[in-house]
Amino acid sequence: MVPVPPADPALPPLPPPTPPWWRDRRVVPWVVQAVVGLLVLLLIAFLLGNLVRNLTAAGLLLSWRWLQQPAGFDISESVIPFNAQLPYWRALAAGLVNTIRAVLVGLVGATLMGTLVGMASFSHNGLLRRLARVYVEVVRNIPLLLQLVFWYFVVFLTLPNGVAAIQLPGVVLAKSGLYIAGLGEGLRWMGPTLVNGVWQAPVRLSVEFGALITGLIVYSGAFIAEVVRGGIAAVPKGQWEAASSLGLSWFATLRRIVLPQSLRVIVPGLNTQYISLAKNSSLAVAVGYTDLYSVAETTLNQTGRAVEVILVLLAAYLTLDLLISALMNGLNHLVQIRER
Amino acid sequence: MFWNRTRTLGASLLAAGLLAGCAGDGGGVQSQKLSTITGRGKLICGVEGKLPGFSFVGPDGKYLGLDVDVCKAVAAAVLGDPEKVEYRDLNSSERFAALASGEVDLLSRNTTMTLSRDAAGGNGLSFAPTTFYDGQGVLVPVASGIKDLKGLAGKPICVESGTTTELNLADRMREQNIPYTPLKFQTSDQTFAAYLGGRCVAVTSDRSQLAGKRTSFPKPDAHTLLPVVMSKEPLTPATTNGDPAWADAVRWIVYGLMQAEESGITQANVDAKLDEAKANTNQADLRRFLGVEGDFGKLLGLPPDFVVKAVKAVGNYGEIFDRNVGPASALKLDRGLNRQWKDGGLIYSPPFR
Repeated sequence: MVPVPPADPALPPLPPPTPPWWRDRRVVPWVVQAVVGLLVLLLIAFLLGNLVRNLTAAGLLLSWRWLQQPAGFDISESVIPFNAQLPYWRALAAGLVNTIRAVLVGLVGATLMGTLVGMASFSHNGLLRRLARVYVEVVRNIPLLLQLVFWYFVVFLTLPNGVAAIQLPGVVLAKSGLYIAGLGEGLRWMGPTLVNGVWQAPVRLSVEFGALITGLIVYSGAFIAEVVRGGIAAVPKGQWEAASSLGLSWFATLRRIVLPQSLRVIVPGLNTQYISLAKNSSLAVAVGYTDLYSVAETTLNQTGRAVEVILVLLAAYLTLDLLISALMNGLNHLVQIRER
Repeated sequence: MFWNRTRTLGASLLAAGLLAGCAGDGGGVQSQKLSTITGRGKLICGVEGKLPGFSFVGPDGKYLGLDVDVCKAVAAAVLGDPEKVEYRDLNSSERFAALASGEVDLLSRNTTMTLSRDAAGGNGLSFAPTTFYDGQGVLVPVASGIKDLKGLAGKPICVESGTTTELNLADRMREQNIPYTPLKFQTSDQTFAAYLGGRCVAVTSDRSQLAGKRTSFPKPDAHTLLPVVMSKEPLTPATTNGDPAWADAVRWIVYGLMQAEESGITQANVDAKLDEAKANTNQADLRRFLGVEGDFGKLLGLPPDFVVKAVKAVGNYGEIFDRNVGPASALKLDRGLNRQWKDGGLIYSPPFR
């Protein structure tokens, strides 16, 4: 054992190994973040304070009592029961349900459309491949609003009516709407029938709804097709060649080998497209479909509560989009490669 | 601390502005809007823009119509030139926000005066005198054979969203227990396009608007107005509650047009009348009205001869009506309720006293 020499009392004690706090890597990031956070909070406080101050000056402080007042207007198609005596919040709820209905149908339709077209752009059939390209390039370069107006005024409103309507087995397409066979009264199977010149059927969709979802599906389908095409292209060529050497057909290769691997590239891109579709559904007002935005607009006009109504709108669309995003992130987690 | 300082700064700037204003014209009227308009050199007027007879763009690219003439009269009275107007086309959903935010100075856009729009707790508008007493009507194709509201049972009806029309329709149909489907569109163009496209068997709006729009249909005679009046629709120019002095100025410019008709002053004879007033000191009413004596203009923050300028620009109320919507125009509307009170109508100017 070597004895430890006693500390030399003549030497000064060693300086602490830590630098001053403004050069300390453990402190500086926290300070910077705190300052930035504080600035953001200040900005929000300023904007909110400004809003409240100006609204108070105009005698229009935020109030939510109008939500309970009778709406006084009717809604042409509503999944949940609604009439003009019910309060504004019921009208907004009916609008929200209509929006969700259009978004759900739009999402399913656009996904099918996009997947088929995305797959078609890898087809061995040159005509199919070029058709897919033309569709994508034409559709995604024309504004959606224009396309909706086209579908509604040029396609759906020029449909024949009454006896002249387009009649297929179980389905009738007329200017007054799309009539589909289903279970009618007494759980009997009922096809569309013409009663006094007006079509009747268990399931009726308005042409406004038809024009909206057609527009959304065709438009978002083009973007989704590009996402799907990118996803398929990301799968190494060797996978195709290996599958082909095993004797798998083009379609079987795509379905069993390529698509499952491309999903992890496709899903994040799909998320963006789904969110856009949900937001784009607010253009429904252009084709007379009573969605949340349309109801909110009427409400805003009748009550004059612009700030409150816009806040409701913002919250509703934000929630809807965050919900879609959360679901898609869950799906993304599922399709990731599992590390073993 | 920061808030207090900005507020103090704002208050002192405002106070300085007010003091400077007072010093400028010796105790005259202070209207933020009036000085903004004179400073800018033009009036920004919110109009419908696509409604024949009321506000629309003519073949030469200029705005025409009854609502447009109100804008011109105000511009002439305030700025001395009826052409110093910038028009903004507003749809029914945008109009109040555009006025409230100050994007337009004046809303002359076939807007119905109602309690909730006037009230400070509602839209907070300040209405000028009504320039057209209207009522809501229903237009149907002649071929449909529909004669009354009952004939519309179960049928789709096109209507512009966010209008009083939409609410009146709901009320009248509910009263009579008639089921119907309202199809709502954001603009009147879309509403009428859907009606002409055959999506609705009827379109409802103010009777004057239906008459105006019908003139631009491919076959105007194939459509007929049902003999029902579903509501009172006093179409009225509006400003905001925020500037009472500006609201007063607009109010009395419009009254001036009505009083001019009652006093027999027209676009053609206004100069002669002015000479007459200047020559005859005993014609006190006429002298005050045309600004030869008294200080009516100054009280409102306007030039003394604002009535002369307005009438010279667009004529009196009767001339405006006849030119744009009267029997000689394409709309062929009867004066009806819009006659002078002496003829049994509702057009009545309070005294210029």
